[in-house]
Amino acid sequence: MSHDWYSDFVNSGFGRAVAGNVGLPPVPKLRRWEPGQPLLSGAALLGTATADGRVAKIVRAVLADAGVEVHEDPAAPIGGGSSSSKVAAAIVDATGLSSPRDLAAIQQFLTPVMRRVGPSGRILVIGDVPAQAERPAVRAARRSLEGLVRSAAKEARYGATVNLVHVADGAENDIESTLRFFLSSRSAFVDGQRLDVGTVPGYAGSSAGTDWDHPITGKVAVVTGAARGIGRTVAQTLARDGATVVAVDIPAAGDALAHTANDVGGTALQLDITGAGAGEAILEHCRRHGGVDIVVHNAGITRDKLLANQDTDRWNSVIDVNLNAQLAINDVLLASGDDDGFHRGGRIVTVSSMAGIAGNRGQTSYGASKAGVIGLVEATAPLLADKDATINAVAPGFIETAMTAAMPVGTREAGRRLSSLTQGGLPVDVAETIAWFAQGASYAINGQVLRVDGQNYLGA
Amino acid sequence: MASPRRAAVVGANRIPFARSNGAYARASNQDMLTAALDGLVARFGLTEERMGEVVAGAVLKHSRDFNLTREAVLGSRLSAATPTYDVQQACGTGLEAAILIANKIALGQLEVGIAGGVDTTSDAPIAVNDDLREVLLEANRAKSTAGIVKALAGLRPGQLVPEIPANREPRTGMAMGEHAAITAAHWGIERTAQDELTARSHQNLAKAYDAGFFDDLMTPFLGLTKDNNLRADSTAEKLGKLKPVFFPAGGDKTEATMTAGNSTPLTDGAATVLLASDEWAAERGLPVLAHIVDAETAAVDYVHGDEGLLMAPAYAVPRMLERNGLTLQDFDFYEIHEAFASTVLATLAAWESPQFCKERLGLDAPLGSIDREKLNVHGSSLAAGHPFAATGARIVPTLAKILHENGGGRGLISICAAGGQGVVAILEA
Ligand SMILES: NC(=O)c1ccc[n+]([C@@H]2O[C@H](COP(=O)([O-])OP(=O)(O)OC[C@H]3O[C@@H](n4cnc5c(N)ncnc54)[C@H](O)[C@@H]3O)[C@@H](O)[C@H]2O)c1
Repeated sequence: MSHDWYSDFVNSGFGRAVAGNVGLPPVPKLRRWEPGQPLLSGAALLGTATADGRVAKIVRAVLADAGVEVHEDPAAPIGGGSSSSKVAAAIVDATGLSSPRDLAAIQQFLTPVMRRVGPSGRILVIGDVPAQAERPAVRAARRSLEGLVRSAAKEARYGATVNLVHVADGAENDIESTLRFFLSSRSAFVDGQRLDVGTVPGYAGSSAGTDWDHPITGKVAVVTGAARGIGRTVAQTLARDGATVVAVDIPAAGDALAHTANDVGGTALQLDITGAGAGEAILEHCRRHGGVDIVVHNAGITRDKLLANQDTDRWNSVIDVNLNAQLAINDVLLASGDDDGFHRGGRIVTVSSMAGIAGNRGQTSYGASKAGVIGLVEATAPLLADKDATINAVAPGFIETAMTAAMPVGTREAGRRLSSLTQGGLPVDVAETIAWFAQGASYAINGQVLRVDGQNYLGA
Repeated sequence: MASPRRAAVVGANRIPFARSNGAYARASNQDMLTAALDGLVARFGLTEERMGEVVAGAVLKHSRDFNLTREAVLGSRLSAATPTYDVQQACGTGLEAAILIANKIALGQLEVGIAGGVDTTSDAPIAVNDDLREVLLEANRAKSTAGIVKALAGLRPGQLVPEIPANREPRTGMAMGEHAAITAAHWGIERTAQDELTARSHQNLAKAYDAGFFDDLMTPFLGLTKDNNLRADSTAEKLGKLKPVFFPAGGDKTEATMTAGNSTPLTDGAATVLLASDEWAAERGLPVLAHIVDAETAAVDYVHGDEGLLMAPAYAVPRMLERNGLTLQDFDFYEIHEAFASTVLATLAAWESPQFCKERLGLDAPLGSIDREKLNVHGSSLAAGHPFAATGARIVPTLAKILHENGGGRGLISICAAGGQGVVAILEA
């Protein structure tokens, strides 16, 4: 990992003074999750846009369960402090909008909030699904939230994030894991994003009884590309959250893979995921654990070339590892038996990329493969609903790994700075998002693609 | 007597074998054995698990490595409560270690254990010669500085020449290859037959790699992902161009047949194999690749008698067959360690010889020949290399997996060892 000298500099006493004078963006130190950490480091404000809001109740219940002090007046003094004292989070129940006029209530709530939300604070707007509205005025109002959230995210400072959750009709009681993710520091590098809950019909599951410090206890999780980089951290994070990890990587990376497996007390499976029978080999290995609950398709490669210089062997190798292998393995998982195969209620999480959304010079093959992953997720989601299973994707932006350390300095600095959080993410940021998708309690999240990129301006 | 239960071969891990003074030049026996153990731990999820025993050894050993296996286990991810001991039976060490574990499992004394072996010819122990050793010991015993100075004053330059261990028999002073050359000449083993066997070993090993056979038997180490002695494009013609390097003492040099190609090179490496009761494997949902059925050792008098140094397996196998009511042809696969191509061929020739079988083995009829298509089907030491003590722990899981993939069957292992010894075993799946 290449060292972030800029961040060190502007965070030094001298650097802060210089940076302030010449207008360099400050680099906030993001709060990140560790077991036992409270959901929020302070009080929360809860606003409702209309009298018809349907999520405030569950939000209140979750905050109460997590021991968070909740206030409704965004200008009221808190805990003996002044009316400007900091809060850790602000949540807006923006469901029930009937016209764009209702947006003003949200503005009135959020305007004082923007100055009150503390470092690494959370602003979460919860709305209805636009596509579920028939009247143009309603749909327009619902759709407006996304523009509001994405813009507010660019204004928020000191590592605070602003995100939007769409809750499908009738799914209001199925958002607990989502609330906990977006409010906690697990979502440190997710900013300016939108996630839909309950949009794929026929889902089933429950969050009752979840141990939120170890939400996937007893689950068996396969992580591909686990020898190093993001995959290694995913393995560690899933193990931390309670899973038994099967770490997969190519045989040539076997020694690093063994370190990962031994670090997390899991097992190592040396396997090229593009080989014939890779899916079967994974299931065969997992039989010793009685089957598999979670599969994380993280393995990926880049073979960058300008399209003008592209050759088909390079092209195919990228499509094969990043896309075809996932498709083939998913086919095997879907066809397997519940008992010792891919379990009912299973979770597939795959890794797309910002390049698959926004495109990247020199990355036609990679961009194609990562955009393909999004199509794969969308098409597989309804197929998995029959098994009470889900599939979702993370689309990392600039994440500090060996891959990004190898970039030219200019590209690397741009990748870091041109984002709302003005820094690169860490592998653990991607891993936390994956671990949240993998939770049994995330049963209503299906077919989603979430960017973990600090609201990178590239293709934002 | 009720027959005891049979130990199961559950799986294995080794590091790729490296030619001497190459990829592992700076790795110690302890480094390599620890790496092999950690790969096994990762494959089977054994972190912090207590094994019944880990038994391993090395042929070339530093005196500080008196507890080599224990030190490796302490440095590994296994539970520190895992007891160990070292064994040493020259090239038979790895197989003997497996037999020791298997026997305790058979008796119910162990549920699970790991057998292994490791050797380095790169990080070999270098001893001071005996003259210097005496001077230094004398100085060490001296009670005063003056005494130490006096003792050291006796030093002469010749005493400083170190003793580097060589692959020589202490009692004959002959290299193992020279012994093998005598045997090859005795049995009339031809150069072309040796080169063909060698080429087949390389080709078979290369095919096994291509088929992914070693994906669950090996973990890369220090940048090596394959045995670096392997020459996938090896042919008998190419091997035929090499000059002989081993000559039978007093024999005709022009008739020498043994080259650096059809002899195993000095090699560094480590191998481990996981053995358990069927119950232990079943509880963890782990496969049983094969069972260890029986084993036998033999030794021959190559010093005063006229038997070849590496011919002991020729004696061990018939004794084991007899005990099990089997013939030499009752096997689906044969793993005969390729110390030298000529050793394998001389052993097969001996079993085919009515005279040898009658006079040396006391048998009415020869053991006969074997189907050579069943021999070392995924290559052996000529291609993989031969870190002495590790070889047995390479062969046991290789054969076990071959039998497993075959859907069952019986296999024979035969390993010759320095000192005129041999270790053989039967596996069944
Ligand atoms: N690092 C970033 O900034 C970034 C950004 C966006 C997306 N991603 C994606 O995140 C994932 C992990 O990236 P990383 O930065 O950790 O990369 P990495 O190169 O450090 O790790 C990828 C791992 O996948 C393994 N792998 C490659 N081909 C394989 C195959 N055929 N079978 C099994 N394993 C194979 C590699 O051996 C390696 O260990 C990739 O899918 C990548 O495209 C990374």
